[in-house]
Amino acid sequence: MSKQEHKTDRKKEAGKKEEEAGASPKGAEKGKKIKEDLDKLMDKIDDVLEENAEEFVKNYVQKGGE
Amino acid sequence: MIKRILGTETEFGIAARNPEALDPVSTSLLLINQYPYLPSTRVLWDYEHENPLLDVRGFEVEGERERPGPEYNRLLNKVLANGGRLYVDGAHPEYSTPECTNPRDVVLYEKAGDRILRQCCERAARMKEPSHLVLYRNNTDGKGNSYGYHENYLVDRAVPFETLMKYLIPFFVTRQIYAGSGKVGAENRMPPVPYQISQRADFFETLVDLNTMVKRPIINTRDEPHADSAKYRRLHVIVGDANMAEYSTYLKVGVMAIVLMMIEEKGPLPEIELEDPVRSIKEVSRDIGLKSPIRLSDGRKYTAIEIQRLYLEASHRFFEQSGGDKGTRDVLKKWGSVLDRLEQDPMQLSRELDWVIKLELIRSYVEKKRCGWDDPRLAMMDLQYHDLRAEKGLYAALEKDNYVERIATDREIEAAEQNPPTDTRAYFRGTCLKKFPKEVYAASWSSILFDIGNTTIKKVPLMEPLRGTQSLTGSLLESARSIEEVLSRLSM
Repeated sequence: MSKQEHKTDRKKEAGKKEEEAGASPKGAEKGKKIKEDLDKLMDKIDDVLEENAEEFVKNYVQKGGE
Repeated sequence: MIKRILGTETEFGIAARNPEALDPVSTSLLLINQYPYLPSTRVLWDYEHENPLLDVRGFEVEGERERPGPEYNRLLNKVLANGGRLYVDGAHPEYSTPECTNPRDVVLYEKAGDRILRQCCERAARMKEPSHLVLYRNNTDGKGNSYGYHENYLVDRAVPFETLMKYLIPFFVTRQIYAGSGKVGAENRMPPVPYQISQRADFFETLVDLNTMVKRPIINTRDEPHADSAKYRRLHVIVGDANMAEYSTYLKVGVMAIVLMMIEEKGPLPEIELEDPVRSIKEVSRDIGLKSPIRLSDGRKYTAIEIQRLYLEASHRFFEQSGGDKGTRDVLKKWGSVLDRLEQDPMQLSRELDWVIKLELIRSYVEKKRCGWDDPRLAMMDLQYHDLRAEKGLYAALEKDNYVERIATDREIEAAEQNPPTDTRAYFRGTCLKKFPKEVYAASWSSILFDIGNTTIKKVPLMEPLRGTQSLTGSLLESARSIEEVLSRLSM
């Protein structure tokens, strides 16, 4: 089995790209709303996310699939 | 939608708060045995026709075939009221949808499966210790261990396997641009990347083989039709991600059904051959801008979107001649629209496609927290996106707050938990189970066996998946007062 390879190359393309979260074909108004909602959602994620993410992810090992 | 027998199998990832206490096999068994709404807990899975070691290339691989004793059989297998199957495969709980005929039903029955597993989890949590069991509808632990999501399509046996391979390989390599579930990082010794489109792409190491667990092939050759093998083969597709987004599932299965129809009917499919599909599938997965060209054997280069467009254009030409019903037109329309938007800016699909929904979520988090892409919270978000629990799952949270497009309604999904599709043999299986739970002795995809109290077990073969439907057997099953009556009228 290969080692865990989450240590990814810093921010690279994915991280650096412009924030296009709000982009919506339905127009700027809706886009702005979505952006505000997303901000709220981000706060919510911290509440919901498993405590001690590092430990949790490290312990998540699945063998015997398929 | 032109009828094609379709169905999927999902293996769920399983975790517990106390990982040392988690034995995945016994925990999976404990979980599936919590499901309270089985018509009967006594039904056996009939393994008689099963042989996953048969290869389409004409040989049988050595290995042990599964034949558990009756008590263990019942512990391992649950035949569901909706005609599907809940079971333990290896070290995972697994759910198979009943046989469906269209992509919308596949969405419904997959989501019904999630509901079933969610209830198992909730019940297990109420047991003795607070075990805090979690299930994930995803495909990887992020450490090089993958578990499957398999699609099944019944295909005309007359189509040579080589023809299927030829047209399906470029299609499979590129369809992840709408069917991928997204993944933080890389694994299985593949080059590092912050984020990629597919959960599974890192795991495909060869082009064609019978294996599903190691050295995974893009084309799997298992030849086990669960139906009349002179007439059908079952294409067992292992090169796909389990999706949370209904839109992704709908397109993944619907477009595939259209492509298979064109293959069977010799439609005007693109004549292209990729130079190195095994390499390309990983490159496409890493190309979140969707602009990188893929090299063909003849030196031409196309992007993944362009290759998908070739298949889409072929479909338009094909249905120009033969028409195309409402279901087909809907798939074609959504497919075209998704490709257009992917070309302009993939982030426009942040309500429809899993890999974009997840990417937007994680990007927004990175921006807000100013953290790096190696922050373990991102790997946690990736995993938790697939968490089945309503209060913890990130996809579930997005769905609840109307951030994602739906294909099905909650009401329909709830109904699909207890009711089989009406237009396949699953109808007969599910309805018999519900109406005569005590008399059903065993079932499988291609048979149902009844114990009617005398010495012999009566077997009804279901080798034709398009029979046993409501229109063929509905009035019989509704009016019959006993299973004997059903059996005697069936044999007339």
